Amino acid sequence: MKELYFLRCRECGTKYGNAPQSFCEECFSPLEVSYDYEAVGQTAKREALSHRAFNMWRYAELLPLPAGFTPTHAIGGTPLVRSRKLGAKWGVKNLYLKNDAVCFPSLSFKDRVVATALAAARKFGFKTVGCSSTGNLANAVAAQGAQQGFDTTVFIPADLEPAKVLNTAVYGARVIRIDGSYDHVNRLCTQIADRFQWGLVNVNLRPYYAEGSKTHGYEIAEQLAWELPDNVVVPMAGGSLIGKIAKAFCELAHLGWVEPKQVKFFGAQATGCSPIADAVKRGLSRFEPQKPHTIARSLAIGNPADGPFALRLIRESGGWSEDISDPEIIEAIKLLGETEGIFAETAGGVTTGVAGKLIEQGRIKPDETTVVCITGNGLKTTDAIAADFPVAEAIAPRMEAFEALVQQRLYAAAKTR
Amino acid sequence: MTNLEKENMAITIEIPTAFRRFTEGAPRVDSGATTVGEALNELTTRFPALSRHVRDEQGQIRQFLNVYLNEEDIRFLGGEASTLKDGDRVLLVPSIAGG
Repeated sequence: MKELYFLRCRECGTKYGNAPQSFCEECFSPLEVSYDYEAVGQTAKREALSHRAFNMWRYAELLPLPAGFTPTHAIGGTPLVRSRKLGAKWGVKNLYLKNDAVCFPSLSFKDRVVATALAAARKFGFKTVGCSSTGNLANAVAAQGAQQGFDTTVFIPADLEPAKVLNTAVYGARVIRIDGSYDHVNRLCTQIADRFQWGLVNVNLRPYYAEGSKTHGYEIAEQLAWELPDNVVVPMAGGSLIGKIAKAFCELAHLGWVEPKQVKFFGAQATGCSPIADAVKRGLSRFEPQKPHTIARSLAIGNPADGPFALRLIRESGGWSEDISDPEIIEAIKLLGETEGIFAETAGGVTTGVAGKLIEQGRIKPDETTVVCITGNGLKTTDAIAADFPVAEAIAPRMEAFEALVQQRLYAAAKTR
Repeated sequence: MTNLEKENMAITIEIPTAFRRFTEGAPRVDSGATTVGEALNELTTRFPALSRHVRDEQGQIRQFLNVYLNEEDIRFLGGEASTLKDGDRVLLVPSIAGG
């Protein structure tokens, strides 16, 4: 079957056949996957989805998958949680949390992008795959790389959270620690992809990789009963996800699966690494790169590859971008846990905290439908909040000891019979 | 800096594969430039076809082109005015990826 997708330059529009290539040979701007939407529209039918399992592959026609591709993992298909307590606390009626903290198999939205990247890696004949990563991506590449039989090498900043390093090494991946920031790691990987015949998912396979993020957006629309929300609050690191959710919504509208709508896109960053938010707030035409210093390591990209596109999208959609401090991130993680029972990693704290800030600023209105994207699991970044939860003193396994504790601590809720 | 010192100074501009079709295949080019901006101008004077890929219509370094002096992005160092010393390496990276 003829492939219905190809590569296209995001700036000059030059088209290319499918290849492991991430930038345009004419103007050196990033490439992205585009589709023959007319042909896609003839094969992709919304009604057909009811017969498919609820995971990212139900949107296969809208993804750059080679002919004959057979998925092995049920990736994606995460819950869209309608908030009760958090929304009520903030005074908004229609607040939803898209919870990729429970994405399969490695507990972040990066499972989605790696799924489409490895489909491309196999098609292009790569034996070795890898990535530059702030942690979540390394976990996802290592897990799926192992399952699919790739030789896997990942590159990470040397000072990454121990849990994220362990969650990569356990799958048998080679972990190369780089003495530098993510931006140093990333630059090195760009040079490695230039020199070695490796499939680096977020470098030379980046156009295919990034398309996997669209499924986060398709799911949001489908879970809202095929309606687009008014607002989406998205964490921004490289700035890719926010654009791919927008692309997903546009495609669904183009195919007639949803009514078109001007969705406002809100980008969330940590103050300690906020080049895009800074540019939005100061009205800059180009963002200024930053040296990251934040506990939100998964968002610590000071030179975001898709920063210019994210900036444009936020402005054109009528959205905004905000950032919160590290203590605010920790408070937001706790707030989300206590109100919704969701344990998010630091990036989820960023989106939650920023959503609250945007509501307070009146940029998000109480009657609007708002989706907050939670992209990773809190079990990966326990170090960031451990100090807030000192270990309680143990008591003897006797009723008297417990009764003494109840009296001592004034457990209001505890009632003796 | 005296003229003699300037003449003796040599820095290297590293050319990514994508740019080599404009540099007759050369992977690196030596230069006696004293600032990053001067090094880029020297490069584009020598290889005019590279010019429009390095600078936009306003003469600014293209948005998606990243320029590094040794390990550091020049935007942290004073941009094109960043001064060069003997043995420095200027690295061009089109369209940084990642994220």
